[in-house]
Amino acid sequence: MGSPVTGEPSTIHGRPLSPGNAAGTVLRLDEPLSFWGGLDAETGEIIDRRHPQVGVNLAGTVLVMERGRGSSSGSSVLAEAIRNGTAPIAIVMAVPDEIVALGAIVADEIYEIRVPVVVVDPGDHEQLVSGQAIRVAASVDGATVCTTR
Amino acid sequence: MALTLTDSDQAALRGEFGPGRALAMRVVTRVATAMDATSLLDITGAHIDSCLDHGQAGIDFAAKLADGGSLVRVPTTLNVASLDLLHPELYRGPPETAIRARRLMQYYQDMGCQPTWTCAPYQLSVRPKFGTHIAWAESNAIVFVNSVLGARTHRYGDFIDICAAVTGRAPAAGLHLDENRIAAVIVDVTGLQRHLFDIEVFYQVLGHLMGRLVGSRVPVIVGLPPDVSEDRLKAIGAAAASSGSVGMFHCVGSTPEAPDLATAGGGRVPQHRITIDGAMIRDARDDLSTSASDELGIVSLGTPHYSVTEFERLIDLLGDRPIHPSVDFYVSTGREVLATIQQRGWLARLEDAGIQLVTDTCTYVTPVMAQSSGVAMTDSAKWAYYAPGNIGVDVVFGATSDCVESAVQGRVVRDESLWGPR
Repeated sequence: MGSPVTGEPSTIHGRPLSPGNAAGTVLRLDEPLSFWGGLDAETGEIIDRRHPQVGVNLAGTVLVMERGRGSSSGSSVLAEAIRNGTAPIAIVMAVPDEIVALGAIVADEIYEIRVPVVVVDPGDHEQLVSGQAIRVAASVDGATVCTTR
Repeated sequence: MALTLTDSDQAALRGEFGPGRALAMRVVTRVATAMDATSLLDITGAHIDSCLDHGQAGIDFAAKLADGGSLVRVPTTLNVASLDLLHPELYRGPPETAIRARRLMQYYQDMGCQPTWTCAPYQLSVRPKFGTHIAWAESNAIVFVNSVLGARTHRYGDFIDICAAVTGRAPAAGLHLDENRIAAVIVDVTGLQRHLFDIEVFYQVLGHLMGRLVGSRVPVIVGLPPDVSEDRLKAIGAAAASSGSVGMFHCVGSTPEAPDLATAGGGRVPQHRITIDGAMIRDARDDLSTSASDELGIVSLGTPHYSVTEFERLIDLLGDRPIHPSVDFYVSTGREVLATIQQRGWLARLEDAGIQLVTDTCTYVTPVMAQSSGVAMTDSAKWAYYAPGNIGVDVVFGATSDCVESAVQGRVVRDESLWGPR
């Protein structure tokens, strides 16, 4: 990673998969994670022993992952983590994923807790790095991701 | 393009058919929008994975649907759940988890789903017809029904499965559409030694390798003999849907949308080609084991649920020998297959040999197996892939014949000659 650059905030436009607003710190995944078998919904920790970031906690982060992976039970695990308050507060992807979107949609429907899920252009997605301050806003009209670095 | 809804879809959204169906229609339309669909389509059947317990959110969602008066509008089967209702004594987990799991199962029955409790609904006597639209969850079932039966489902997961069943509607997107069913990549096994094509376990390993190589693309396999059996196609699909996100594959000469390579490719031969060699097959096989120990504790077969023909082979391999007393041997299957093997007298033979049948669930989603210090052996690439993470066992992957010989001898033995000369 290069030296930190201070500068203007930048705004990326994306596509909303599930609405909501959140501001926090980026946690970037080095590899896609299957929430089923990969995320402990009680603690928010990555438990997939094959994942390079096993042991890292996702709770309260803005999760930046390129795409989804694995089992369709992932929707249930994400919804359960949102209910428990152990989930990321927003998810930014480069490839749309219905399984991830569904977990957030259902948590919104039954608990009225909104975790925005947003898809951005892969080129923009690559620029997002762990530790960065980030704000995610998604509604039926569109989605924006604002970063300061 | 925005999503266009019919009058009936809009009436459902307004709650004219009750609050449960309104919730289901909201979820279907929200997912359709996320998938960029411009319309919904009618489905003729559904298979539900949401009946497997993952915590309170699953219960809360099912309760909201069921208490809102939801009933499925199409014939709907249920996937494995967290309890074996035919063998409840096997359950070793906390009682409160069992109570929650039982409630979840009841909610889905209350909504009119059939208590099939199997991850292999394609082995039931009634199966989806070619070209029909359905909404199936469970990755191995999705890949089988798309590839082998030619019915059409996208890769649906928890929540959307039951919402599609309750509304009778699904997003017109993904694998429902012709253009997304076209093969994008050739998996060429022409160069492999022919004897591999005669061993069952080869198809597990090929699927595992293919899933890793193709990710979520639709592959077409060339080079296999024609008319590959359903058990073998099931093995390829289940493994590929575990190591990758494969929702459909073609196999030239065996699957209905691939009479030849160009047809599978939508009128032209796919540009990308992956050539499989013997070393890749051996590496993929070795990738499925997490241990080299020969201390055997458990054998688990039947992921996905064993078919009648797979039981027939197991009976032949076992002969009249008993399982070694130090080994716990489990086979998971569905109730309909269980009834068939009971009628044929095979169940009694298996039980006499010391084999425990598991129904309604699977040995890696719920605590049913005895604790053991030894390794767990399986003939299933899917089980080998998920069990270490799910239930913390070390796995040795082998052919069904290896599993049986090991279980009889009480230690891991693998027949290397199966794989032929290096």
